[in-house]
Amino acid sequence: MITFLELLVNGISIGAVYALIALGFVVIFKATDVVNFAHASLLLAGGYVVARLHAAIGFWPALLAGIAVAAVLGALVEFLVIRRSKAATHGVLAIVTIGVDIVLTTELTRRIGAEVLAMGDPWGSRVVHLGPVPVAETRLVALVTAALLIAVFLLAFKFTGWGVAMRATAEDPETAALMGVRLGRVSLSAWAVAGALAAVAALFLCVFPTPGLDRGASFAALKAFPAAILGGLDSTTGALVGGLVVGVTEALMTGYQNDLTFLGRGIGDVAPFLVMIAILLLRPAGLFGTKELARV
Amino acid sequence: MSRHLIRAGVLAAFVVVPFYLEGFWLQAGLFAMSAAVGAIGLNLLTGATGQLSMGHAFFLAVGAYAYVYFAAEPTGSLGGLGLPTPLAAVLAVVLSGAAGGLFSPIAGRLKGAYLGIATLALIFLGQHLLFNAGPVTGGFNGRAVPPLELFGFVFSDAPELVVMDVPFGALERLWFLGGAVLLAAALFARGVLRGRPGRAMNTIRDHEIAAGVMGVPVARYRAGVFVLSSMYGGLAGVLLALVFQRTVPDYFGMLLSLDYLAMIVIGGLGSVGGAVIGAVFVSLLPQLLTRYGDALPLVAAPGSGDGVSPAEAARLLYGAAVVAVVLFLPGGLLGLLHSLRRRLPGLRLPLSANPTPSPETRS
Repeated sequence: MITFLELLVNGISIGAVYALIALGFVVIFKATDVVNFAHASLLLAGGYVVARLHAAIGFWPALLAGIAVAAVLGALVEFLVIRRSKAATHGVLAIVTIGVDIVLTTELTRRIGAEVLAMGDPWGSRVVHLGPVPVAETRLVALVTAALLIAVFLLAFKFTGWGVAMRATAEDPETAALMGVRLGRVSLSAWAVAGALAAVAALFLCVFPTPGLDRGASFAALKAFPAAILGGLDSTTGALVGGLVVGVTEALMTGYQNDLTFLGRGIGDVAPFLVMIAILLLRPAGLFGTKELARV
Repeated sequence: MSRHLIRAGVLAAFVVVPFYLEGFWLQAGLFAMSAAVGAIGLNLLTGATGQLSMGHAFFLAVGAYAYVYFAAEPTGSLGGLGLPTPLAAVLAVVLSGAAGGLFSPIAGRLKGAYLGIATLALIFLGQHLLFNAGPVTGGFNGRAVPPLELFGFVFSDAPELVVMDVPFGALERLWFLGGAVLLAAALFARGVLRGRPGRAMNTIRDHEIAAGVMGVPVARYRAGVFVLSSMYGGLAGVLLALVFQRTVPDYFGMLLSLDYLAMIVIGGLGSVGGAVIGAVFVSLLPQLLTRYGDALPLVAAPGSGDGVSPAEAARLLYGAAVVAVVLFLPGGLLGLLHSLRRRLPGLRLPLSANPTPSPETRS
């Protein structure tokens, strides 16, 4: 029972981190209709900057720098690539982001090489006890931070002018443009926000109990893709639920893999994808996604 | 008339190559041929029908491992059926198609980039199976590939064969097999694209609702093209296994799928010629950089640790090429050749004009 609770808490906290990534992914999709396959490399870039800078300038400035770099990188991808190819369809734009991803990931993994970089976070490997359940402090911080960021984001989405512009664009870009919404700014800001969220997520994906940032970190980030799609690509609520589903599934399957040996080793990495497939079989648009209706 | 001359010239060049080029280039050429077969299949799906797939590497793996399992004699802990090798190859392709068919409830319903994310699952599932299903796949170490034997003719180095003073080993023999397979695969795909199914596929890509209204069963077509593309993937996997002579699980990962997507985008979406050009470009680039890396600035020797290794340099180059092609050359390299031919009427390039609209003409 204790193990179960421990796994559950861990799963929820890592799920909240996945939700952060998926949220950025969904925001980009809502604002620009682009499925961003370069998301994992934005995350890797943010994490890399934090890992390289923290020794020189301290952890918090390094974290800010990482967030800034990932945000600027996201904005640059939008400004230099996505915006320039307005003529192409969205399917082709998704492939462009794959090209961007190949370039960024190759360069970053080359720089990381075989090293495992520490993130230099102040929480270290401390463990707190919630009643009888031991939980790594980093996991709690991740949960609280992710919850805060998501709350701030959803409030901004609902109440600020930026959020209204974003939602209007998602609803109907042409009408939004006619109402004076500047589509360029909306999509630029969406990419920047998504990059920033990914950088925060990178930090929590690479702190204790994981050893640190290595060249496989972008694969961990790939688990946010099923999170986004099983919730529904155009739903922020879906991203949150999807993130939690993926996180909890992964934690439980990894935790109990000794009892599940017939499924083979490392089933925890595959399980989120299997859950995604199962959900897509029942609901092709995802749990909270809007079914596409077309009027002819 | 000139077209026949050019075809004869290409054929002659193809036949002459194994007599002059060394093994390194033959192997590179064979990789390019098998990649071309796989890329044609992916282009039917992604280019012609507009369905993104990140799972192509999975079907290559199914083809390669199924061939090994069907053809190999059981030894020790490794299982095998010991079937005649041509039968094993055919069964491997069929099995890849069946694997694609199992995915069809999803492949038929999801469209475009949604399917792209869903097919990521295949990569992870595939890697999991390859590492864990030891008796079939050999686990981490992979398995040796039994050579193909066609009507008593073995595609390996074993019974020595010398043609016109040139020793004909496995690579030389496979060269002709690969060429024949690629030609058949290309002709079949061209037939599909030019006929009724091709029109239906392009209409689904360009306007799903219009396709449905005109009586194209959209979901069934999507599922069907997915199956066809996975069979092409399986065929490419069999060919690859024969060239490699060993299957290793690491090879069939996410990066391989990305390579295939890069091929069809760089070559040109939606056409057979585009897939072949892209496959040659993407698979020969690392080999060229490995071979001539010493003469190039910025490229270091593989494994030396400093600077950019040839494989990484190639990835950087074709990643950038994908972006550049979409931004500046929407028809890919094939489209570039076509427009060159239009601008220079005197120049007659041996290209079969495909009636596929380039992506930029879509709504």
